[in-house]
Amino acid sequence: MDAVVDFMSIVAIVAGAAFFAAGTIGLLRFPDTMTRLHALTKADNLGVGLVILGLLPRAGSITAGIKLLLVWLLVLFAGAIVSQLVGRVASREPPR
Amino acid sequence: MIDALNAGIALLLLALGAYAVMAKDVFAALVGYIAYGLLLTLAWMQLRGPDVALTEAAIGGGLTGAMLIAAATRLRDRDAAARAPMPGIGARVLAATLSAVVASAVAWSVASLPEPAATLAPQTLAAMPALEVGNPVTAVLLGFRALDTLLEAIVVVLALIGVWSLAPDKAWGGRLGRLQHAQPDGMLAYAARILAPIGIVIGMYIFWIGADLPGGKFQGATLLAAMWLLVWMAGLTDAPAVDRRWLRAMLVAGPLAFVAIGVFGAVQAGAFLAYPAGLAKPLIIVIEIALMPTLTLVLALVLVGPPLREPER
Amino acid sequence: MTALPLWFALVPAALIGVGLYGIVVHPQPLRKLVSFNVVGSGAFLLFGAVARRGAAVPLNGDPVPQALLITGIVVAFCASALAVMLILQLHDRSGDTSLEPAGEA
Repeated sequence: MDAVVDFMSIVAIVAGAAFFAAGTIGLLRFPDTMTRLHALTKADNLGVGLVILGLLPRAGSITAGIKLLLVWLLVLFAGAIVSQLVGRVASREPPR
Repeated sequence: MIDALNAGIALLLLALGAYAVMAKDVFAALVGYIAYGLLLTLAWMQLRGPDVALTEAAIGGGLTGAMLIAAATRLRDRDAAARAPMPGIGARVLAATLSAVVASAVAWSVASLPEPAATLAPQTLAAMPALEVGNPVTAVLLGFRALDTLLEAIVVVLALIGVWSLAPDKAWGGRLGRLQHAQPDGMLAYAARILAPIGIVIGMYIFWIGADLPGGKFQGATLLAAMWLLVWMAGLTDAPAVDRRWLRAMLVAGPLAFVAIGVFGAVQAGAFLAYPAGLAKPLIIVIEIALMPTLTLVLALVLVGPPLREPER
Repeated sequence: MTALPLWFALVPAALIGVGLYGIVVHPQPLRKLVSFNVVGSGAFLLFGAVARRGAAVPLNGDPVPQALLITGIVVAFCASALAVMLILQLHDRSGDTSLEPAGEA
């Protein structure tokens, strides 16, 4: 049972890392601000979410698990707010 | 494997630091510096200093970044110095030589540190039970090196007074900074309304837990200051006026309480800031509670700036 | 005693050098301030490596330098904030943040 949980942890964390890599490649290769924001939200939401999902079984206690989920929710929230704000400014400026 | 992680973080830090220094555009350099500050948090975790990592993330990554971006935005339009030419190739080679010499001197002096490392960890561990504090860094900050913390509290208040002294004469007594405008139903106001209560709870938690786990008043005060700044930037509140009595009282209450406890210790236990036996933990708690408003106010108001509006009378 | 993590000793020395180059070379005070902060954080990191070196079971690092570093980070931030306010004041009074004496290029 432990081995199965460990294996699922590793799969989730590696998948999260893959989303982070995809988001970073998007940030570096996409041509303008809006498309880069689109790539970054994938890293933010899914990358962090999968990593935290993988860390949950190893958390040690219910409180630590709740703290991890709180971290994920705060990252989601902050990412959404910042994307909105950056997107609004970027849509007003002429594309570079 | 672990050393590869250290090597990766360290080399990325060097690359980001070099980018922050050498980038052509000011904004690019600032973003590089903010990323550098956030990566430093990881470096601190690798160096097994979670308290320092928390402080670096909050102050180095958050507050410093906000301050630098605000300044660069203000300077953007009319700053001819940004477009001034860099010094010629001769001066730059000289500067690079100087930097290389200094860097090698520092690296050599670190590499030639004596081998069984001199450390105060055993002495700290031996003396900690008398303070009933579980976090050794908090024990050092408020117990063994309390004088440093007292002087730091005074220095940060002096920094705020220095910022206030830049006020134009006719604005003295008025509210600090400029009134911030944001759409009352826009994203920033929404974020401030939702995040501020959560941030305040987390900040108080980090402050309280610092007695036994990584955390403490510096990290907690930074979070509270950041939440107030978020609410201020969203235009939902205004900075206080500089001549308000409650503002000045809260600013000096922290260092004053600290000095009073120090004098009490001089009278009762023989040396300034000595704690009488059995009273150490309560006195430490009193000092921390007294310092929290001071630190929060200083960290928040030092970003708002000097009073720029005429007093309302 | 833990061996000094070599990477976190040599790279901060290099960061101090890079920051020093930035302070000397940039004409704009805000860039000088950022370079100064790079020097500062390199010095802190160096100190942190020394703290790590002083680990003694069960602690993972010498707590005295770590406490001094927390103090240092806060004070360095306040000094940077004062410097930023001075730069903005210079800009408001003279329209420009150049450090050249008035009347020269």
